[in-house]
Parts: sequence; C-alpha cells; structure tokens
Amino acid sequence: MLSGFFIFNQKGEILISRLYRHDIKRSAADIFRIHVITSPDIRSPIVTLGPTTFYHTRHENLYLVAATRGNANAALVFEALYRVSELGTSYFGRFDEESVKNNFTLIYELMDEILDFGYPQNMDPDALKLYITTEEVKSDRAIKDSSSRITMQATGAISWRRPDIKYRKNEAFIDVIESVNLLMSTKGTVLRADVSGQIIMRAYLSGTPECKFGLNDRLLVEKEPGAGSGGVRQSSSGSNSANPPSGDTVEIADCKFHQCVRLGKFDSERTISFIPPDGEFDLMHYRTTENVNLPFRVQPVVTEASRSRIEYQIQVKANFSNKLYASNVTIRIPTPLNTASATIRVSVGRAKYVPAENCIVWKVQRFQGMSENNLVAEADLTSMTVQRRWSRPPISLDFHVLMFTSSGLLVRFLKVFEKSNYQSVKWVRYMTKAGSYQIRVS
Amino acid sequence: MSSSVASQISSIGQVVRSHIVNVLRKGENFELRSELNSEYRDRRKEAVKRVIANMTVGKDVSGLFTDVLKNMHTDDLEIKKLIYLYLINYAKTKPELVILAINTFVKDTDDNNPLIRALAIRTMGCLRVSEIIDYLCDPLRKCLKDESPYVRKTAAICVAKLYDVAPAVTIENGFVEAVQDLLSDANPMVISNAVTALVEINDNSPNQDVFTMTPPLVNKLLAALNECTEWGQITILETVANYIPGSTREAEGVCERVVPRLQHVNGSVVLSAIKMEAQLSRKMTPPMVTLLSSAPEVQYVALRNINLILQKRPDILNREMRVFFCKYNDPLYVKYEKLDIMVRLCNDRNYDHLLAELKEYANEVDVDFVRKAIKAIGYCAIKIPVAAEKCINILLDLLATRVNYVVQETIVVIKDIFRKYPNKYEGTIPTLCKSLEVIDEPDTKASFIWIIGEYAPRIENADEILETFMDNFKYDDPAVQLQLITAVVKLFLHRPADCQDLVLRILKVATEECDCPDTRDRAYIYWRILSTDPQAANTIVLADKPTISVDDSTGLPDDLLNELLSELSTLAAVYHKPARMFVATGTKSAVLSASALASRSQSGAGSTSPNTGTADTGAGLATMSSPSPSSAPPPSSGQVDNEDLLIAL
Repeated sequence: MLSGFFIFNQKGEILISRLYRHDIKRSAADIFRIHVITSPDIRSPIVTLGPTTFYHTRHENLYLVAATRGNANAALVFEALYRVSELGTSYFGRFDEESVKNNFTLIYELMDEILDFGYPQNMDPDALKLYITTEEVKSDRAIKDSSSRITMQATGAISWRRPDIKYRKNEAFIDVIESVNLLMSTKGTVLRADVSGQIIMRAYLSGTPECKFGLNDRLLVEKEPGAGSGGVRQSSSGSNSANPPSGDTVEIADCKFHQCVRLGKFDSERTISFIPPDGEFDLMHYRTTENVNLPFRVQPVVTEASRSRIEYQIQVKANFSNKLYASNVTIRIPTPLNTASATIRVSVGRAKYVPAENCIVWKVQRFQGMSENNLVAEADLTSMTVQRRWSRPPISLDFHVLMFTSSGLLVRFLKVFEKSNYQSVKWVRYMTKAGSYQIRVS
Repeated sequence: MSSSVASQISSIGQVVRSHIVNVLRKGENFELRSELNSEYRDRRKEAVKRVIANMTVGKDVSGLFTDVLKNMHTDDLEIKKLIYLYLINYAKTKPELVILAINTFVKDTDDNNPLIRALAIRTMGCLRVSEIIDYLCDPLRKCLKDESPYVRKTAAICVAKLYDVAPAVTIENGFVEAVQDLLSDANPMVISNAVTALVEINDNSPNQDVFTMTPPLVNKLLAALNECTEWGQITILETVANYIPGSTREAEGVCERVVPRLQHVNGSVVLSAIKMEAQLSRKMTPPMVTLLSSAPEVQYVALRNINLILQKRPDILNREMRVFFCKYNDPLYVKYEKLDIMVRLCNDRNYDHLLAELKEYANEVDVDFVRKAIKAIGYCAIKIPVAAEKCINILLDLLATRVNYVVQETIVVIKDIFRKYPNKYEGTIPTLCKSLEVIDEPDTKASFIWIIGEYAPRIENADEILETFMDNFKYDDPAVQLQLITAVVKLFLHRPADCQDLVLRILKVATEECDCPDTRDRAYIYWRILSTDPQAANTIVLADKPTISVDDSTGLPDDLLNELLSELSTLAAVYHKPARMFVATGTKSAVLSASALASRSQSGAGSTSPNTGTADTGAGLATMSSPSPSSAPPPSSGQVDNEDLLIAL
C-alpha cells in the first residue's frame, strides 16, 4: 500500500509530501526527483529505485507521485492518483502549481482523509466536500450535530446522497456524449473505429428517488420485446429525435457505471437502476465497436512534388443528415518541420499555416451535413543542411455534432420513482465529438 | 524641503532593512518561535502553516516542538490537523515531549464530534512512540465499539498500525478479535477496513493464522461487495481471490457474484475482478479491451497484465488485434507494450494487417520504437513461414529509405531471416550491398559480413566487399573481427586461388596486432587448421547450422507465469518478475540490477537454445561463426527489450 504521496512542480520542487508508513523516509522524494524528474530518459510511469517503487502521473504542471514498498497493487495506486487529480480539480477548479501552493493546508487535510495508513478510504469529492471545506470550519455546536450525520453518510451504503434534498421543480437532464475514435490507414481502410460514450446526468430530484434508465441496447430490447412500445416513453420532452424506431438497436461492447448503479441488477436483468447523487455525475461509460457511423470521411492526397514543395489535396465529406451540422470543426494537416510558408485555398472556413504546431489548421465553424469541402495547399520547404526525416504524422480532426450519435445509441426511457410520487421532467441531449480521429497519410 | 523628506524615507527604509537582516541572521526558526507564542490567534495560525510549509520542503523544524504543541488545544480544526501532521512527523525525534500531547488526544477521543474522535485515534496510531501505546489502548477499545461507523472504520485501521509497532500489546488487549468482530458490522466500509487490517496483520504475524477464510465469511464479504466504495471492493476481491473454494459449484458461485464488477469504472476494480475469474472466461475480453481506453498509466498496467494472460490463454484476444494498434500520440511506454502484444497475437490469418501496421511504425521518428517495429517484422517472418516473403519485401523497402538506424536494424533482421530460410532469399544480396556505406554499428557490420561469408560462392566480388572492411579491422568491435575472420576463411575455402593473400593478411593482423584474445585465438585456430588439414577446415567452418525457430513458448516459465497470474495488477505482474526479485530485504542494489534482469530474461526466453548445447567441437565452432549467437533470433527481442525498458525505468 502507499507509503508516501508527493506533489512536485515541473522543476522538481516538492510542494506536498505526506508519509503514511514508516518504511520510507522523507528523503525518498529526493531520490525520485534525481532519477525521474531531472532525468530525461525515464519513459515508464513506474520506477523501482532500490527498495522503493515510485508511480507518477502528470497533471497540468504537476507530478503526482506515490511511493510504495513491496509488491503493491499498481492499478490501484494509479487509480488513486487520478482520483487525487479529480479531487483537486473539483475543489480548486484548476489543479496546478498555483492552486496547490495556495491551498496546501487543505490538501494536507484531504490527504489525511482519503488515505489511512496508505489504504484508500473515501475519495468521492461529493462526500468529502461535506466535511472538508474551503471555508473555515469550527467545531461548534451546529457542526457537532450535523457531523455525526455526515459521517454516517460518508461511510454508508449511499454515501453519495444526502437524504433531505428538496427541489420545487423536479428535473433531470441527460447528456449523451460520444467520442468517436478512428484510425484510418493510408489506403483509406478503417483500421479501427470505436465509440466511447459517456452519459452525464444532472439530477435535481427531491428525496431519495429510485431511477430506472433504458437504452436501445440490443441485449435488453431483445429480452423484453414489449417494453419499447409501451406508454412509458415519457423522456425527452425537449427533443424530437429521441424516439427510436424500435428495430434500431445498438450493441454495447462494454460499459461501466457510476458507483450508484446496482451492478448486480445490471448483470442479471440488464436494467440500469440507481439512486442518483445530487447534481451532476457520470452515470455511465460505454464502448461500442460495431456499426460506427463515422461523421466525417477524409480523403487526403499528399504528394512531394519536389524536394522543396509538398502539395496537399484534402477532401472532407460530412456523413450525417443534412438537417444537422457540425460545429467547431478543426482539421490539422501536418507539414514537415522545415516548412517555410504555405499557400492554401479552401472551399469553406479558414485555414492557415501554424509554424508552432507544424501543421496547417483548417477551421470550419459550421459544417453542414452531407456536404463536401476541399482544401488545396502547397507547402514550401526550406533546404536543410541535414536531411531530417519527416515522420508524416496523421491528419487529425476535431468536431462537435449535436443531436447525433455515432453509435446510434438512444435513450428510451428514464423513470423516476419516489415515495411522494411527484412528477418529474426529463430532458435528453446528444452530442458526438472527436476522440482521437486520425487519418494516416502516405 | 522635499529632499529632506526623501532622505528621511530612505533612512526608514534602512532601518527596516537592517531589521530584516537581523531576522535572517537569527534564523527563520527564531522568528517562527516568537510567532507561535504570539498572543494573536491569526498570527499563531499563520506560523503553524509556515512550519508545515518548511517541513514539506525538508527544512528541519523539529526545534519548535514545544512551541507548536502549545497551540494544540484549539477549537480550530484546521490548525489541529496541521499540528497533528507535525506530530506524526517529529514524534519519533522527541518521544519524551509527545507525552505533553497525550492529554489532548485522549480528550479528543471523547469529543462529541465523530470527525474529531476519528482524527485523534487516526493520528495516535501514526505516532509510533512507546510512550503513546499505553495511552492508546483504552481509547482504541472504546473507538472500536463507537456508535459512529466512521470512527469504527478508522479504529480498525488503527489496530493494524498498533500491531506494526507492538504486536504483543495488540494481542494481549484482544484487539485482533475485536477487529474480527467488525467483519460482521452493518456498515460496508467498516467491513472492508476490517478486512484490510486483518490481511495486513495476518501477513506480518508469525503463524499467519489471524485471518482464515471460511465459506460463511466469503459469503458475507461478497454480500458487502455491492455496497462498498471502489477501494473496499478491491480489498474484498483481492482477499476472496486467495480463497480456495471447496467445490466447483462453490467456485462458480463466487465467480458469478464477481462478474458484475467487470463493469466498474475503476480500472483497478476491473483488474481485480479479472483476476478472480480464475477460469478466465470469455466474458473478460470486453472489459480488458475497455481498459485500453483509460488513462495511459493504467493502460500500461493493463497491457502488461494482458501480456501475462495471453501467455496463459493465447486465444483470448485473437480477434482483437486491431485494438492494440498504436495511436500516433500514445506515450512510448504504451506503444512498446502494444507492439509486444500484437506480435504475440500474430498468426497466419492476421499477419497481413500486422505487417502493414509495422511498416507504418518503422516510418516514425522515435529511434527505439522504429527498431522494435523492425525487429517485430523479423519475428513475424520467422514465426509464420507464409509471411516471410512479404516481410522481406517490406524490409527491402525500408532499406531503400537509407535512414541510418533503419538500415542498421533491418540488416540484422534480414540476417535472421537468412538463417531461418537458408538459400531462399539470396537474390536480395545485391540490394543489401547498396547500403554498404551506411553500415556502421558493430551488430549490423557483423550481420552483413556473416551474410557475405555465408553466400560467398555466389557473390562474385565477395573478396572486394570483405576487403573494404579490412582497413578498419584492427579497431573494430571484437564481434565484427570474429565475423570477418570467419567470413574470409569461408571465402578462402570456396575460392582458395583468389583469396590466399587476403586470408594471410587478416590472420597476420589478427594474431599480431589485435588486442582481443578471442580474436587472436580464433585466428590461431583457423591458421593451424588451414595449414595442417584443409579438409578438416572444410567440415568445421562450412558445417550446417541448426535453424533458428520461434515457438509460442517464448515467454515466462510455467510456474512463474502461474505465480504472476495470481498476482495480477500488482507490481510483480507489471514487471513480470516475482516479487522477491525487487522487494529488497536489504539495501543491496541502488537501482534494479540491470545485468541480473537481462540475464534472467535471456534464460527465460528460452529461444536461444539452438546455439547452446551442440556438443561436438565441429558444430560448436560452426555456431560460433554465426553472428553473435545471443543476438541471433529476434524472438527474444520482445522479452529482452521489455527488460531494457524495465531497467530504464
């Protein structure tokens, strides 16, 4: 288990150092600094130096470092480190050198709370925020009464929700956000395409609501054929495209849930039921690999016309309904390191050569569905004394398409049951954005 | 008028400055001490913060012990926590002064606020001073039975802390039994912390009989699984994984209840669950693939573990090779692991895709990665005979790029293919010769010379080519020298008339001017054989070489593999080494001993065998004449390079 936890800045100065066990010394931090931060050829996130093993992740300009002795659970250590970054971001907005320096006493408080004797305890920001706050807490009477309740909650079965939440208007918002990943070969064949989706829920519901959530998941729909057509489809009062034709289903390769979802129930009945935390949370992550609708097709032609000139012809086609459009489309077309200038013509949007990034950046604010646009460019190269190789990085795309899911996933229903039997309003939004959307060029 | 004001201001400035200098001279601790004793609450608080800040950066502030302690009795929780932190750090250096703090601690364990009770018991457990222990027992006993689960779960861990310092006291006071009772607690977090504490105590106890799993207990733990925090789930999964079920039915029952965990968002929970699925069911594949979309560090851990699982169950991912294709911006350590796994998954149905990918990688810029990719191409050629032709073509394309390091590695790989498929691809030799002037690394040189020597009868200008290496012969690496001598002797045996002069010259230089004893030795042997019995020289030097091969057993030995599989997601499974190899008991080595690992990995790879153990001297010599045996078959590459990476860690 974790023997120590450290935060360093980029220069290797130590910002936080907390030891949990007595098998390492404070000076262990120096060993890490010397062997990892100041050494350029460390490539692995796990390093064993002498008897101590160091694990590090980077966040903004910080190194988050855990040290262990013995044969520790590496995956657990990394998950704990990520959780620290999440906590930091959740508490300070931005978790960087400045916020660490400004809040170091609070961070020490957190470190004392989330790990005991090196074993992770409760790391859930919502639970922690109940009793570790940025404001000064005095152990006065009011706190005394509430703190026993807080601790019950922090350790209890539903640690993520207070029992006494009240809203005048009961609402739930569901955002389905999909990142579509593509790796396309130089020949234009799809090497891999998958969608990692995320369902974010913002629940503003009173009391202890019991929610049931349904998707057009193939396994589920096949299991209960009548469910899709019943009158339960009360969701999406705000959106029109959330009504799926019942034959259209999605095969989810794998999914992961927020801790509030009853995993046992999902495994046996494939229903998603839960008592939501208050406010915003990640209900579910999923991944699909079958039938991915790629929103954009890119056909690049890159020719080295001569030693000092490269010609680009890039054709981009939007593959979704013409009623929709993609916003903030950014296409990065890498150029060789010795590019001096580039002349570019585009059919829509703006494009310019950005020397700092070694690429031509083509931006289109609004890219209509089913439309097709082109970029024609010539890059002039300066001659170099040493011929360095250009690795031809892939063209990458960034975009957002609203009301479109690459996987075809749709929300079928969200039912809310509560003792007081109130009416609740539910809203659904869909968005597809680019994950790592790369097209290799030959 | 105004000038006099100015001079006054400047003189005030001087006074202030001299004051600052004074403070600096007396040291920061002096100033802090006066601040800590200040009558103003805010200044005292600020001072405590500064003390902690100094402690963080490693300055010694232990001298302020009593002054800090004076501030301990406060209502301000923030200050209290900071002072406790200070105490944890310096208690050991001032055990006699810690007594002063005990009063406050004991009082805090009676506080109305459970947060404060827990804080006190948590901190007391960390002090590790014998003076504290006597005072700890009573409050601890009380806290183990506290009404608040928050305090109970903290007390459970505290028992483990106490056992670490004073095992006898812990047992005498019956704390271990008390924690065992907590296993039946109503609160899931208390249960998981009790498990944690018991496992820790069990591992450190002499008889290891503190915590034994029984079917009812397993049931109880699995029931708690659903309500635990993610960390509690890991603890329980890890613990239950060590339980050996009495019957197949029971085992199936356990697995059945663990399967839902594969859907958890925490990668570590997923890995623990995968570990539990001892029979490695098909259901694991999707979660394993999903782990690849997590953050790079967990991805790395997952990849190393997948590598292990694949060695046991090679079929489990054979349709999923594409998910391991490297993205351009993957960190290098992830790319290496992916490459390794792809090579493992390669078979005669999917080699086409793999080779296209590898070719792509060979055009990237990172030298090590490119080299690894090229090695992988060679591995494919040797593993899958139908792929050999295609591999050779890709390698020839790579040679045409004339990029230095690509050419170096490619030639070494081509040499291996020549060894595997003798007399099949010699048509490529003219193309190889075009790269002659680029070749500069010893390994590459040796490989190239070996090819020339081996195919000497079919290369018209072999003598000229070998001649070009003569100029630098004296200064070359011994491996190159040995190769060149052998190649020249081979050439001589084929064409005695043309090469008499060359062979004499090289043997003369080798025996008289070279420093390396091996080189001299070999030159002498050849010289004597040639001068006494040229026929014998023919049978020895031109003997048939055993072919190299890769079999799927390239990997860890079975017993080690099983051991590591039972430790999935731990460091041992990441390093592919048993824990005893890096959990140093003493301080033997500062950094993981590089040579020890490298040698292990080679013996572990088990693919170098063709070059060892050939008994008679003739064959022995012949194998010696093949390019440096240990580097010959690239299959070891996957393994060895991992270790290289490991050492670089």
